[in-house]
Amino acid sequence: MIRFEQVYKQLAGRTVLDGVDLEIQPGETFFIVGTSGAGKSVTLKHMVRLLTPDSGRVWIGDDCVSEARGRVLEKIRSRFGVLFQGAALLNWISAGENVGLPLLERTNKPVFEIEKLAREKLALVGLESAFDKMPAELSGGMRKRVGLARAIITAPEIILYDEPTSGLDPVTSRAIDQLIDSLRRELGVTSVVVTHDLHSALAIATRIAMLDAGRIVALGTPEEFIQSSNEKVQQFLEAQFITKRGAWEKAVAL
Amino acid sequence: MEKRGRWCRVPRGYFGSRTILTREPEFLEPPVNAWARIGRALLLGLRDIGRALRMLGEATSNTVFVFSRQNRYEVVHQMFLGGIKSLGVITIVALFTGMILALQTGLELRRFGQEVNIGTAVTVVLLREMGPFMTGLIIAASFGSAIAAQMGTMVVAEEIAALEIMSINPVRFLVMPRLVALALIMPFLTIYTNAIGILGGAIVGYTQLGVTFTAYFENCTRFAETKDLFVGLFKAFIFGVIIVTVACHQGFGASEGAVGVGRATRRTVIISFLTILTMGYFITRVFYK
Ligand SMILES: Nc1ncnc2c1ncn2[C@@H]1O[C@H](COP(=O)(O)OP(=O)(O)OP(=O)(O)O)[C@@H](O)[C@H]1O
Ligand SMILES: [Mg+2]
Repeated sequence: MIRFEQVYKQLAGRTVLDGVDLEIQPGETFFIVGTSGAGKSVTLKHMVRLLTPDSGRVWIGDDCVSEARGRVLEKIRSRFGVLFQGAALLNWISAGENVGLPLLERTNKPVFEIEKLAREKLALVGLESAFDKMPAELSGGMRKRVGLARAIITAPEIILYDEPTSGLDPVTSRAIDQLIDSLRRELGVTSVVVTHDLHSALAIATRIAMLDAGRIVALGTPEEFIQSSNEKVQQFLEAQFITKRGAWEKAVAL
Repeated sequence: MEKRGRWCRVPRGYFGSRTILTREPEFLEPPVNAWARIGRALLLGLRDIGRALRMLGEATSNTVFVFSRQNRYEVVHQMFLGGIKSLGVITIVALFTGMILALQTGLELRRFGQEVNIGTAVTVVLLREMGPFMTGLIIAASFGSAIAAQMGTMVVAEEIAALEIMSINPVRFLVMPRLVALALIMPFLTIYTNAIGILGGAIVGYTQLGVTFTAYFENCTRFAETKDLFVGLFKAFIFGVIIVTVACHQGFGASEGAVGVGRATRRTVIISFLTILTMGYFITRVFYK
């Protein structure tokens, strides 16, 4: 579904992606973890060509997104829903209008129907009461969830989440995890999730990749990931108090 | 082009025919010597003009969507923001411009006993030149800088990127309504400026030069032609287009957070001023030989 072939990228004269090879299957919930500045957001941005590789290619299905232009690019992008790290809501329209915006702009659905759908999606992220609020009136975590509702309202095939649970309380975080998981189980959505939260990753990922200094240093199912002998992975696990299998199973049970 | 440390950053973008805005920064090696620096600045300047014109072209072609459900309210809203909200400042500036014009010409004309002709002087100068020019400057400084700041903030907050991903063309969604709104409202604002300015002239004429209102207004229409009015309004229309184009182009080119937004705003005001001034001259040249 999503394939990176030897992607290199320099930003500000620094190598940010250093030969990333990656293949994500349809219907996966693929997690990317890594330290701050490892290049996770940059990797996500390559999937929708907000960034273009210096060398190497990115494929979405049979389309090479890293070389697509104009309408082809637009067609590829329309298969995606994206949650940005900073939510990226338009701040002069209400939360509900933000959620409904993609439908209002891209479809001919009547406005009352769009409003109904927007309310539905906001309810899914636990924000039915925020429909008429302006983004400035919402907390960071609430904005993020509005962004999430906007990303899923067009029922996209592929959803990219940049830190969906950062800044959220643990209870809401688990609810968001369940939402991401149910999208996969019920609709077969392919998800790519960037996170620091290993509890989420271990609970709902089909596979986890660890990115460090622009390279993938570990890749595998949650079981393989937790047993990885890679030093960076072990550091990461220990930092979140996931040292033994038992601890991980507790995390899943949460 | 700005230099920052070792790297010059220049925003790259504009690929494809519809999705022409990306925020991908480009890093150029520092120029080897002064000539290279001048040459690069020239080339980048030309490229920026090309991009701004291309964006203007795309916005113009998107005016066919002006009555779509997404855009029609936005145009009205932008007219309100750009026009009605500036009326206060415009009133004061226009009034005093008219008063200054009347006083300066009136004092000279009085030496020949011709003070009644301030009507003509004020009207012709306002209609042909000062009306659209003053309105343009005020709107560039208030509305233009506001547009640049808004667009710049949206770039920095990845909102423009989000729009593109949602297949919402930022040029249609953001630039076109502002372009239509300002191009339509500028001539009306200019008529208003002219009217208030002429009124200011009348007040000075009556209070300081002893010209009665009747004599003044009769004099106003004696030499001023309809052509003067319409050339002035045409200028105002062009100035509106210039302001929105410069502001949006600068705003979309913003990078580096709040600093970049500030820079985009400053450049918008400077570039709009210079362009309005030079275009004003050339339009005058075309119509008055
Ligand atoms: N527009 C840009 N210009 C210059 N450098 C950039 C740009 N975007 C990212 N970088 C650099 O690329 C590196 C990776 O950035 P990225 O945003 O992918 O980090 P991340 O893994 O998402 O980190 P975080 O967890 O903090 O979000 C960083 O070192 C950053 O300095
Ligand atoms: Mg990031």
